[in-house]
Amino acid sequence: MQIHEKPPLKAEARNLNFFYGQAQALKKINMPIYDKKVTALIGPSGCGKSTYLRSFNRMHDLYPGNRYEGEIRFFPDNTNLLASDVDPIEVRMRIGMVFQKPNPFPKTIFENVAFGLRVRGESNKRVLDDKVEHALKGAAIWDEVKDRLQENAPNLSGGQQQRLCIARALATDPELLLFDEPTSALDPIATGAIEELIHELKKRVTILIVTHNMQQAARVSDYTAYMYLGEMIEFGKTDEIFIKPQDKRTEDYITGRMG
Amino acid sequence: MNESQHLSSQFDDDLGRLRTSVLQMGGLVETQIAAAIDAYSSGEVGSVKQIVETDRIVNDLEKAIDDDCAHLIAKRQPAASDLRLVFGISKIVTDLERAGDEAKKIAKGVRRIYEAGQMPSQYGIGVRHIAEAALGMLRQALDAFARLDTEQAQKVILADVDVDTEFKSIMRQLITHMMEDPRTITTAIDIIWIARAIERIGDHAKNVAEHVVFIVEGRDIRHPPKERKA
Repeated sequence: MQIHEKPPLKAEARNLNFFYGQAQALKKINMPIYDKKVTALIGPSGCGKSTYLRSFNRMHDLYPGNRYEGEIRFFPDNTNLLASDVDPIEVRMRIGMVFQKPNPFPKTIFENVAFGLRVRGESNKRVLDDKVEHALKGAAIWDEVKDRLQENAPNLSGGQQQRLCIARALATDPELLLFDEPTSALDPIATGAIEELIHELKKRVTILIVTHNMQQAARVSDYTAYMYLGEMIEFGKTDEIFIKPQDKRTEDYITGRMG
Repeated sequence: MNESQHLSSQFDDDLGRLRTSVLQMGGLVETQIAAAIDAYSSGEVGSVKQIVETDRIVNDLEKAIDDDCAHLIAKRQPAASDLRLVFGISKIVTDLERAGDEAKKIAKGVRRIYEAGQMPSQYGIGVRHIAEAALGMLRQALDAFARLDTEQAQKVILADVDVDTEFKSIMRQLITHMMEDPRTITTAIDIIWIARAIERIGDHAKNVAEHVVFIVEGRDIRHPPKERKA
């Protein structure tokens, strides 16, 4: 076991509580997100992992009655993502998200990727061309779509659509990417492609991923957090969590002993 | 080590069967060693054939258990304590198989000595003593595995030092004898091989105990820094 220095922080949850109306979905979450590392969130359905993930880009603001307490600090500028004076649109430029089911817009491949850039006010054709190409390359789908950028995105296969959604998220040069079970609707080959891509992406972006697939968490992540009933039970290096978890509840979950 | 049940009872059954097979294999190796020691003391070389045959069964068990481990990994993707158990078992059977090989070597050495009609009685006691110690270590290591008892495992690891010391002392004695009377060299060398095989059995028992600690605690205690210098 080599001696391990902690990498710099990209974000950090501090005493984070979250309420859907009266129901408390997150309880005092304290957790570091290390820069340019992949952090996996695992736990049974309803444990709060998606709720936690969605707090980062203020998805919960879209519904009334939702309430945050505590902070999510975002570095290097040390912004509290949850502060009321922080603009959620601005947050989402810096923090991209990819969902369980590929959700391309009913537009062309090109326009899907250019969308975020246009929202940001970019209209220069050359800049758009460059950035779209760069994002599609970053999502490892350029070679498959470069000759048909004007085709309708929903015509792509599921795996291609998911990579397109990753390209769309990448186009605005986010610092953190949130993946909410990105491969649960994909076959093993497409899943492998996405996992490979995650490995490539972490060279330039920090990744937080929710997955139900424990092997996937073990394969793609550097750190793993186990959540249960809205609490973070254990956080640690993935290598250690899957060989020697410290908490019995983590052990029971990853060995399939929990109903 | 996690003793609560899996959601899949079949998984529990598979792991249970694996553990039983390891203990069954360990039991066979114990019998082999005990028989080889008896042959050494009594000169009943008739049992040598049986020991050699048992070794084939032990070899087959090693392969079968390793195969079961591979299948279990492919089917269940065990994690944490389950992963350590399967991984540990695969290593334990390697050590058990080698301990069985050593028993076979002892048996064949015994046959050579007695067939040449040259068993010098003065070596009997020392070798028998170290052999009992090594066999005891193996028994305790298997017990520790059956009960996942790391305290017991630690005792086995400590006991190996005594076996090693005793082996060195037997070596010194035999060297003296060989210098005094060169006619004893052939037999003395056979006895050295036997003592060496016994000492190796102690090492394998120690390895099994180390695997038990890994299975239970997730700590790899092999090759502590002090040992590495030597």
